[in-house]
Amino acid sequence: MVSLKPEIRIGFYVCHCGHNIASMVDCADVAAYVGQLPGVVLARDYKYMCSDPGQELIQKDIAEFGLNRVVVASCSPLLHEHTFRAAVAAGGLNPFLFHMVNIREHASWVHTDRAAATAKAKVLARAAIRRAALARELPQRQIPINPGVLVVGGGIAGIHAALTLAEAGKHVWLIEREASIGGHMAKFDKTFPTLDCAACILTPKMSAVGAHPNITLWSHSDVVQVDGYVGNYTVKVRRRPRYVNEELCTGCQECIGNCIYKEPKFPDEFNEGLGKRKPIHIPFPQATPQVVLIDPQVCLNFKRGVLTDRCKKTCVEACGDRKAIDFTQKEETKEIQVGAIIVATGFKPFDVRRVPQYGYGTYPNVYTALEVERLVNASGPTAGEIVLRDGRRPSAIAIIHCVGSRDKKTNRWCSRVCCMYSMKLAHLLKEHSGAELYNFYIDIRAPGKGYEEFYDKLNEEGVHFIRGRVGEVTDWAMIPEEEGKLVIRVEDTLAGVVRRIPVDMVVLATGLEPHADAQAVRRLFNMSCGTEGFFLERHPKLAPVSTFTDGVYIAGCCQGPRDIPDTVAQAGAAAAEALALIDRGHILQEPNTAHVLADCSGCKSCLPLCPYTAIGFDEATHQAVINEALCKGCGTCVAACPSGSIGQHLFEDDEVFSEIEGLLTADPEPTPALAATP
Amino acid sequence: MPRPKVAFYWCASCGGCEETVVDLAEDILGVVAQVDIVLWPVALDFKYHHLEALADGEIAVTFLNGAIRSTEQESMAQLLRRKSQLLVAYGACAHLGGIPGLANQFGREDILRSNYETAPTVVNEGKTRPQAVTEINGYRPHLPEQHQVVRTLDQVVDVDYFLPGCPPTPELTKAAVAAILSGNLPPKGSVLAPDTALCEACPRRATKPADVKFTEFRRPHRHLLDPQQCFLAQGVVCLGPATRSGCGVQCPGGNMPCTGCFGPTSRVRDQGAKILSSLGANVAGRTAEEIEPTLRGIPDPVGTFYRYALPASLLRRRVDIPHA
Repeated sequence: MVSLKPEIRIGFYVCHCGHNIASMVDCADVAAYVGQLPGVVLARDYKYMCSDPGQELIQKDIAEFGLNRVVVASCSPLLHEHTFRAAVAAGGLNPFLFHMVNIREHASWVHTDRAAATAKAKVLARAAIRRAALARELPQRQIPINPGVLVVGGGIAGIHAALTLAEAGKHVWLIEREASIGGHMAKFDKTFPTLDCAACILTPKMSAVGAHPNITLWSHSDVVQVDGYVGNYTVKVRRRPRYVNEELCTGCQECIGNCIYKEPKFPDEFNEGLGKRKPIHIPFPQATPQVVLIDPQVCLNFKRGVLTDRCKKTCVEACGDRKAIDFTQKEETKEIQVGAIIVATGFKPFDVRRVPQYGYGTYPNVYTALEVERLVNASGPTAGEIVLRDGRRPSAIAIIHCVGSRDKKTNRWCSRVCCMYSMKLAHLLKEHSGAELYNFYIDIRAPGKGYEEFYDKLNEEGVHFIRGRVGEVTDWAMIPEEEGKLVIRVEDTLAGVVRRIPVDMVVLATGLEPHADAQAVRRLFNMSCGTEGFFLERHPKLAPVSTFTDGVYIAGCCQGPRDIPDTVAQAGAAAAEALALIDRGHILQEPNTAHVLADCSGCKSCLPLCPYTAIGFDEATHQAVINEALCKGCGTCVAACPSGSIGQHLFEDDEVFSEIEGLLTADPEPTPALAATP
Repeated sequence: MPRPKVAFYWCASCGGCEETVVDLAEDILGVVAQVDIVLWPVALDFKYHHLEALADGEIAVTFLNGAIRSTEQESMAQLLRRKSQLLVAYGACAHLGGIPGLANQFGREDILRSNYETAPTVVNEGKTRPQAVTEINGYRPHLPEQHQVVRTLDQVVDVDYFLPGCPPTPELTKAAVAAILSGNLPPKGSVLAPDTALCEACPRRATKPADVKFTEFRRPHRHLLDPQQCFLAQGVVCLGPATRSGCGVQCPGGNMPCTGCFGPTSRVRDQGAKILSSLGANVAGRTAEEIEPTLRGIPDPVGTFYRYALPASLLRRRVDIPHA
């Protein structure tokens, strides 16, 4: 029988990647080995395959040697698969006749034995050659991109990203878990090192968000489900009831004044529990949206969250014709369509109770840094006066750095902002109280514009800096001067002595942590996390705001601790990446879709498994049908089809099996006759 | 014109495949009239030397049932291969290893110890085991030795066609004989049965819901099974979705689920892994705690999912059993 199948002509290239690969893998030896494998027409090693000359080499060889398959052994497909596919396409071949082997992450970088690493590179290359011989030409489909963007989290990162996109004419849905946007920055008094008022620079941006025609702001809401794929995400958002109609409330706050509770009675979340609020309240004066909300756990018209209708409802009377208060408001789930998503969910301050030796919760005059932000703030619970929980005014204050940072027992990472905010708080506390200020630090980290100068300024102001990790905060007095004081026990590592320093107030410079539900959020948006739980960027240097899911970007402290300037820069970058995606108008879909063969028995095993609901059932033919426009190529149905009647482009069974056989087969290499499949 | 010579032989099997030949009933007369049976130990007396006396390739077709487990079976398979133009692996054991193939979960030593020493019904104080050569009254009788693993026929010799089933149906057998006699044959290596899964032919198919969401697996002997509803919808493991059709849906017709004797379709390398993957993906539970109670309904996964095809699967045998 005469075979009409075209001859397989594979070109193989092994990249030195400078020293990255060549130092641990003998690239010339790999090329020589692969050169004698069946189907391989030429095998070369080259210093940088991704360089322009490297790519041109491939194109030239395709023409000169009539190559119809190309295999490159180099770095990760994540980095350069696209580059080489484009090069192969420019050489006149279908880009899916290219296959890539990762001998950097999988061989040179992870091994220390050059001979073994070289042998492994050969085996990986042999597997790829076998697979490439079976590669098929595949068409690529264009899919339009929805121009809307979802921004999750209304801190300074989310606010900045949303405004940037809205100004560029894109519609943005900004979803915030709390009742107001503003995040942690809204709680800060001043910002380092310029000492400009946080509210003064933040609230205009908050109002701009509230007023922008291109921004739909849903506060008091959570993203509960994300389906779809880059360019076409369907997102479900749960809007929790605030028992006040957002459309009708004017923000006049007459209801608050007329609440049946004459005095505020319940811990005020915005002031970190240092102040009180009523059941009906607005989180803070500049809250956006300017809409009050009712806390059903404490409102008299509810009993533990269940409506009883027993209160006199003086708030409703005060609201009058506006009729904004609605005790029957129910939770709602809204569905929106967007093309890109920016996750800016921020951080959680370290729980200082995990370091009990510092006495938080035991000694009332031990504070967290965020509490002190509210304490020094003019609109805070004490109107900016430094009045301690026991009513005293401090004459000596200690600030302990690195609480929940740089500590093997809690979190190992440096939280980056604590040195600077500790110095800012030292300055503000000194200014507001005239007290002596002691900073206890491990190292002072001030690597930013004007930061080191700020440290100098604090030294000039007479703030004390003592190098040493504090051992303990105690009220056990050893000498009369310590009576009634909190004593800091610390080894002063510069002076080489153990010291006891009595103070009236202790401030714990809490580190930054991922949110407790970061894992759930990660799964929701199909992102990855580092070991510490911060969301992982696609590349630490070259794709710092992208994630491993196309169309999902990250900004701000959810990716790792950072200060406001870095957060804003990152939010702008995320917005720019989203714009670049959307303004392309369409994406090219990877042709790795699944397809049902004619032999389907109609057993329906695959139907419930598709995460993209791409599989339907044709009642006329009694067979499963895959909508390839919806298929994302996850392969779940392919693996689960019990009769092997679902194939997958780019991952056909014969391709995968021949690759596995290439990995496992023993040398000397058998020489099966290779022929292309139609 | 001389009639084509045909041989039937059995290796590690139960005899059920021979029954199917008899089940051809009066049709067998038509076959017998057209062929010359040169070997059929279950029905007629032949000796090795009769077979050895034939020229190579003199037999038109040999139907060999049973898996290959002993030295005698191996040499007979090789001899018949040499003497036959066509060799057909007949039935699940020759095709896939069959029920005897489940022995590949144990080594030869485990099996001999169990069968000759530790099984509750065995009385064998001398712990006597079969010997390859024994001295009795001046005679030295030889016995075949058992291999460490059970193999399919095509793991021992080249096979031309496969007739699946435990046993193959008379209809498939007739069709195969007719095809051979007429010379109207599919490509070598084909399984002579349809290449779709059993669900395609199952009258219960329409009763399968789109989403079965298994919360428990029910064992057929413990429940009264609905005679019309899809077994999977009843929480009963049925291998129909992973098994080649062509059997006439006999087990579901008798209100028992498919156990997979026709083996996988041509597109599947490991029937057990495939059905496991399919059923596993459709278990309702999402956490280990939720899934664990569901799995209690499958106390013998190998016996359930690899009942007929363990030697032919990617698993083949327990990893610590020695070769040969």
